[in-house]
Amino acid sequence: MTFLVRLARSQAGASVAATLLALAAVTLVVIAGGYDIGHAATALWNGSVGSPYSFFTGTLLRATPLIIVGLAVAVAFQAGVLNIGAEGQLLAGAATAVAAGLSMAAWPGWISVPVELVAGMAAGAAWAGIAAVLKRRFGVLEVISTLMLNFIALFGVSYLVRGPLQEPTHIYPQTASLAASARLPVIIPGQRLHLGFVAAVVLAIVAWWFIRSTAGGFRIRVVGAGAAAAASAGRVNVDRVVFGAFLASGALAGLGGAVQVTGVTYALFEGISPGYGYTAIAVALLARLNPLAVIVAGIFFGGLEAGGAGMQRDAGVPSGFVSVIEALVVLGVLAVDRARILAGERGQPTTGEQAA
Amino acid sequence: MNGGPFTAFLEAGVRTATPLAYAALGELVVERAGVINIGLEGAIIGGAFGALVFAGAGGVSLGFAGAALAGILVAALFALFVVTLRTDQIITGTAMSMLGLGLTGTLYRTMYGSAGASLHTPTIAPAPVPGLSAIPVIGPALFDQPVVTYALYALVPALAWWFYRSVAGLALRAVGEHPEAARGAGISPDRVQWAALLFGGAMGGIGGGTLVLAQVGTFAEGMSAGRGFIAIAIVVLGRWTPFGVAGAALLFGAASALQTLAQTTGWAMPYQLPLAFPYVLTLVLLASARARTAAPAALGQRSA
Repeated sequence: MTFLVRLARSQAGASVAATLLALAAVTLVVIAGGYDIGHAATALWNGSVGSPYSFFTGTLLRATPLIIVGLAVAVAFQAGVLNIGAEGQLLAGAATAVAAGLSMAAWPGWISVPVELVAGMAAGAAWAGIAAVLKRRFGVLEVISTLMLNFIALFGVSYLVRGPLQEPTHIYPQTASLAASARLPVIIPGQRLHLGFVAAVVLAIVAWWFIRSTAGGFRIRVVGAGAAAAASAGRVNVDRVVFGAFLASGALAGLGGAVQVTGVTYALFEGISPGYGYTAIAVALLARLNPLAVIVAGIFFGGLEAGGAGMQRDAGVPSGFVSVIEALVVLGVLAVDRARILAGERGQPTTGEQAA
Repeated sequence: MNGGPFTAFLEAGVRTATPLAYAALGELVVERAGVINIGLEGAIIGGAFGALVFAGAGGVSLGFAGAALAGILVAALFALFVVTLRTDQIITGTAMSMLGLGLTGTLYRTMYGSAGASLHTPTIAPAPVPGLSAIPVIGPALFDQPVVTYALYALVPALAWWFYRSVAGLALRAVGEHPEAARGAGISPDRVQWAALLFGGAMGGIGGGTLVLAQVGTFAEGMSAGRGFIAIAIVVLGRWTPFGVAGAALLFGAASALQTLAQTTGWAMPYQLPLAFPYVLTLVLLASARARTAAPAALGQRSA
């Protein structure tokens, strides 16, 4: 335990310690469940990183929306905005991107694809904007409003794919597929990994630079550290910063939805997101809200989901298991954080970096 | 079940509202103590799974006990983190939902195999109240339901009395409004919040158990289907009062029963419209000043 405590003193170390704790717990559960642990571990490895296909088309493809939406959550949380509506903002972005793409089938890809992505961002920002306005004008808790908006977005998609956007034969509850020109290009021949992954990494670097090195990023961190302090220190308009971060978060989540439909599904249907908006909270938290670390955490979770699918296929371990790991990682981070604060309160000097 | 489509609609509305009302009344007590439990979904699916396991072993009554127990277990883990360790309520709650959904899915497949869909539990049949169930239109809806629904008719007024007329209820509300003042009055906010969360977990578990034991007759992965989040909306719409919550649960139940009514009467309307309506109403209500002042002052704030 002293090893873990020492490890937990650093920001990254806390995440690593939590992940180790979670994996240890998971190993126990797999054994208790009567599964062959060696077999399960091999299947996890093969499904996530064991071959070029499983790495690019399994892990990195699944990591792409997790990184983008994880950034959305990280930006909001940095500003102290508890946006748990990334799921709804993602759906708004996906629906709008598909609608834009279907109406631009005849256009060249260098026009239609950017339009789709920008439309998705705008829709995500607008969907988050409803909660942002309610918060700014009426002081409505964003936790509750974004939760409501998630449901409304889900019903909205359900209506669209059975109504105005349904495919021409009117049989399936989904839209028609996007034209080949309106899709994100694949970046490695023979794999399904698309340009969206590169965009996700670039975005993470830009977000990291913005939060670290610009005045706007500084304001976000100040507000997140304590809105009252930021206001009384003057010069920082807390309401405006919170509002801006909320919209930026929604735009990123919307982009995540747009990237998913233009890069992976090529169509809109109800189950388009298996809860990316919620998994993204775990991704952002594991990354300590650091945009660069979101890349690592996103790939880690993407690998878990790809490997989890492999475990179900090859070792019979139920895939619900991946949610258990994700939840334990989050609880582990929270517990290790708490242990660190308690250790600090006992008078030991905390030499680690400042909390972001 | 006789009396035309409108009676059937009311009957379905009350049936759908029952598990929601249990979960929401539990969440009401939790929120009145100043905690928002986004992880309620985990307690509901845990309760559904507990009901399956225990009802298979010892019938419906044991099934409900197992449902409550499972809900309490999930809530205890949440309370350990949020109350004792003072972690963030929202993030912890999100993790609890993921944990509950993932763990029940995993256990279900491990214990019953992938052929579990054919598994059936004993169910509790509707027990029509003599006389009352014969009242035209509303009789079958209110008085031809399983006993779990009738229990709510006693629970709602009892809870209202308890909130406003008992010392313990006053202590609970004091913690939710101003934990430091409550502490000054000799109340332990930690103990009150622990107790509230365990009660909320039991209620969420019973809500999940109702799904299995009074409605579906079997378990399915993810069958809680967002009811934990719906319950949170119901508490807001019910403006944090027991009768308000009961009414709001009925509204959400009616909204989802409306699609059946629309189908049988050939009413051309996108069925998503009534489904989305209660959520929109909740948002609109939140924007009004009266709703916000009804919320416990320290809701979601107690950490660090």
